[in-house]
Amino acid sequence: MDLSMAINIADSAIRLSTPLLFAALAGLYSERAGIFDIGLEGKMLISAFFSAVGASITGSAVLGLGCGILAAVFFSLVHGLASITYRGNQIVSGVALNFVAAGLTVLLGQNWYGQGGRTPALTGAERFGDVTLPGASALGEVLFVGPILRDLVSGQNVLVYVAFLMVPVTWFVLFRTRFGLRMRAVGENPAAVDTAGISVAWLRYRAVIICGVLTGFAGTYLALAQSAGFNRDMSAGKGYIALAALIFAKWRPVPLMGACLLFGFLDTVSIRIQGVQLPFVGTVSVQFVQALPYILTVVLLAGFVGKAVPPKAGGVPYVKER
Amino acid sequence: MSRPYAKLPPIVDYGLIPLLNVLLAFAVAGIVVAIVGESPVEAATLMLRGAFGYGEGIGFTLYYATNFILTGLAVAVAFHAGLFNIGGEGQAYLGGLGVAIVALSLGDVAPWWVTLPVAVVSAAAFGALWAFLPAILQARRGAHIVITTIMFNFIAASLMNYLLVGPLKLEGSMQPATRTFAEGGQAPKLGSLFEALGLDLGGAPLNVTFFVALLAAVGVWVLIWRTRLGYELRTLGHSPRAARYAGMNEVRLIVVAMAISGALAGMMALNPVMGDQARLQIDFPEGAGFVGIAVALMGRGHPAGIIPAALLFGVLYQGGAELAFDMPGISRDMIVIIQGLVILFAGAMENMIRPGVGAFYHRIALRPAALPAARETP
Repeated sequence: MDLSMAINIADSAIRLSTPLLFAALAGLYSERAGIFDIGLEGKMLISAFFSAVGASITGSAVLGLGCGILAAVFFSLVHGLASITYRGNQIVSGVALNFVAAGLTVLLGQNWYGQGGRTPALTGAERFGDVTLPGASALGEVLFVGPILRDLVSGQNVLVYVAFLMVPVTWFVLFRTRFGLRMRAVGENPAAVDTAGISVAWLRYRAVIICGVLTGFAGTYLALAQSAGFNRDMSAGKGYIALAALIFAKWRPVPLMGACLLFGFLDTVSIRIQGVQLPFVGTVSVQFVQALPYILTVVLLAGFVGKAVPPKAGGVPYVKER
Repeated sequence: MSRPYAKLPPIVDYGLIPLLNVLLAFAVAGIVVAIVGESPVEAATLMLRGAFGYGEGIGFTLYYATNFILTGLAVAVAFHAGLFNIGGEGQAYLGGLGVAIVALSLGDVAPWWVTLPVAVVSAAAFGALWAFLPAILQARRGAHIVITTIMFNFIAASLMNYLLVGPLKLEGSMQPATRTFAEGGQAPKLGSLFEALGLDLGGAPLNVTFFVALLAAVGVWVLIWRTRLGYELRTLGHSPRAARYAGMNEVRLIVVAMAISGALAGMMALNPVMGDQARLQIDFPEGAGFVGIAVALMGRGHPAGIIPAALLFGVLYQGGAELAFDMPGISRDMIVIIQGLVILFAGAMENMIRPGVGAFYHRIALRPAALPAARETP
């Protein structure tokens, strides 16, 4: 395998891991604050749809992003209402929102555009484009490092940079700010936070809103960067893969990036491996590679390689009187 | 499922509140219908006519309900033990493999009444096996059952995809499906039975699995409310600490509950695989495993509630198909929305109306006591 092919694969892995990264970071905020979120998939889907609708109406990708974020935040607030205010079952609420999103996007898409649930094809300013970093082409001639800078680091989609920038930002917010400390505390021991006179509900609502904003980015990336418009079920289980990545990274931001890249890489491999003969193993079935993230997550959850311990108060509604 | 609010009589708790929640779900669905510019009332009428208006419609409604009774029972059994089985879809899918193996091998040589019981056992065994792995991981290693069953849904889909595109595929066919089962591998349709009752089912695929589902409902009722095991499961579900204190074997109970749950979900495969398509096709469960969640929540985990809830979803599926045909503005995806809303309101948001209903109930419940005193004065 030569350098250009390796760059090619790495490039594809980065592109495929970006929506996972957004969604997994979204889940990170929510779950660190003690709100489990099975509904990442649904929020991605609804934001993909509304970002595409918004972009096609306004002709602007940025306004499309705004619409996508609004839709995902709305879903997040419903989830918050159910699981924070009404102390409902967070898993049930997440499952419900996934269904509503899956049905609503296709129904509205079919009704508004009549193209089998698709939105019109988006072009030009309605999509997010690739960015060439300054000096990339000049440095591109440097041996070995040059092509990596030119073809891998530069020339990615705007949203790709945003996603990877969010990793250090998230780390900083979670571990170096007062808000982050309190948020983590509310996921571990809400009673202590409450005793300190800080509102558990408001903290959790903020976490859930951040989750909505980030899933809004994830969905928008799918519709306005990776594709040119919305297709039915275009999130295709990525929300669940993001959840798997979150567990795989044991709810920590930097390993999360690694997990997303790994799963993005597996996705790339599953596309390229069809019919390829590998030494020692023969042909690997595509389905096996596709199932690998799920299998790995189960293995990790079972504690066979390390142990994934979720935030202590996760999934439990907080009741003041107890 | 905890109940943080005041205790209410069963009729309110199990009858009125679920009913109001479902009505709320339908009201929101009605708003969606109105948003896309159609009349909700007309949509509801069309739906009901499609589901009950003629023999074939009734046949399809009951056929779908059969699926949902089984998957609903599956989710409910796990619920009673405090476990949330989201893996019904994967377990049903694997159950189909169990059915196909029996139908393909026995179907050529034996009549259906020999094949069917074996297929029931095989489907249940495969479903149970697929639920057993997450169960043992939860019980022994503390892996969260919700996450593992979700993962197992995807693993099941990949596995069946692999089998149906590869080893199990009919030679020379482009379709990812097995060969058609011989007569002995098919569950007989109930058309002639209903004809004797004066109802023409037409081409509806309603078959003997319907009775298997009803038997399963009775079985679950006996298991949960009339046996020692059922008592232990409910204890575990209510308070794991109490179960532990009473010396119950938590690991065993989790595994048994999930195995029964998986077996019931696996049995759902009989209906489409043996009863309708007579071959194993890709994606045959079509979300029935997930509908089971809505059905179990609506039916409050009791067979007496699950059967009507399954019937309601049967109506939605069959009526929804007709609706999509008659109303161009509405596609079958309306069903998915309604399903989601039912899960949302009946499952996650039930505390929204509970305090109000509770307060209202206590106001009117106190009144009869005050009335006789008032009557004595004249």
